Amino acid sequence: MKAYWHKCLLCLLLLTPLAATANAEPTVIVIKASKFLFQPAKIELKKGQTVILEFTSSDRLHGFSLPDFALQADIEPGKTTRISFTPDKAGTFVFRCSVFCGDGHEDMAGEIVVKDS
Amino acid sequence: MNPLIDRRKFLQLASLGGGAAFMSGLGFEVLAADRLSAGVAAEDFYFVQLSDTHWGFKGPDKNPDAAGTLQKAVAAVNALDKQPDFVVFTGDLTHTTDDAQERRRRMSEFKAIVSELKVKQIKFIPGEHDASLDKGEAYQAYFGDLHYSFNHKGIHFIALDNVSDPAAQLGLAQLDWLKADLQALAANTPIVVLTHRPLFDLYAKWDWTTRDGQQAIDLLMAFENVAVFYGHIHQEHHHVTGHIVHHAAKSLIFPLPAPGSVPKRAPIPWNPAKPYNGLGFRNIEAYPWKNYRLDEKAIISGETL
Repeated sequence: MKAYWHKCLLCLLLLTPLAATANAEPTVIVIKASKFLFQPAKIELKKGQTVILEFTSSDRLHGFSLPDFALQADIEPGKTTRISFTPDKAGTFVFRCSVFCGDGHEDMAGEIVVKDS
Repeated sequence: MNPLIDRRKFLQLASLGGGAAFMSGLGFEVLAADRLSAGVAAEDFYFVQLSDTHWGFKGPDKNPDAAGTLQKAVAAVNALDKQPDFVVFTGDLTHTTDDAQERRRRMSEFKAIVSELKVKQIKFIPGEHDASLDKGEAYQAYFGDLHYSFNHKGIHFIALDNVSDPAAQLGLAQLDWLKADLQALAANTPIVVLTHRPLFDLYAKWDWTTRDGQQAIDLLMAFENVAVFYGHIHQEHHHVTGHIVHHAAKSLIFPLPAPGSVPKRAPIPWNPAKPYNGLGFRNIEAYPWKNYRLDEKAIISGETL
């Protein structure tokens, strides 16, 4: 009986990565925008790996702009905004709010660090 | 040569092929092009551009005289030997606030201060600090239309609003208005555009751009002689897109670093050894035959150079 469970466990360990590969869904990165910050403000990604950037706003209209990848989105309160993103170059890239939101708007920024996979 | 020229920092802003040297009515040596704009009696004149006064801003480390710099600029303009034909404020007249009442109070104070200008022809353009949070509602109550055009001595002036939409775009309606406004003009009509944000992508990483600004530039490209004067970036800056020249003005509250020169777009701190360093306004000498010159005025301890 013990040998049987050992075999089952072995099968699970072997099959799990295959199953994960077969059903590979892009990782969802949840980003919350509010006056005057993004949470998280630093995001680490791998070059060539597709992720979904999922934005929500807790207060007012904000924007997301990542000029190095020509990404732009409005983040409306009460809605979820999703962008599929596959970084094709490594480095550190600044993103910022692109919708004027008040006195701290100029400081509302973050960075995406893309590492070679 | 007029000795005044040697003391003035100015720029020749447009090449004038085939022109001849002469002394203008303003006392500056200029080069004249070989023709005037079609059918328009051109006359040289100058106007003053002030920008980014941010009335209501508080930040002693950035400008300990935030409540007095605007008045010094007004006094400096009033002290000019020859008064300009008009004065333009290219946006961010007031510093933003979430408090609608406070916003109106700042606009009222700003308007009272600039009413002390000797020149009564004052043109206002909104900045995002004035107009983005309420889509220009308070601004219009105090300063009038968000976009408009007017003619002055042979030049067609167009004031564009790229801020009352907080997403920093002109929008289809305004672009349609611009197209209609331009349709009435001959291709050689000199055009001056007044706006707040750069119409071109100056530095998108710092949001120094207008989302649909290129569409306005495309419409203007059909005209031979176009100059854009704007603010927003709190420093003197000059750029050319095609044959269109773009000139950013200094602020009257605090300077910002050159685009991309530092990791973060943050105000340059006040330097007690050089008070008002980086602040100023400019005279724009306009010669409707394709020629503008900028005369940058620095504010130094309340005086101007």
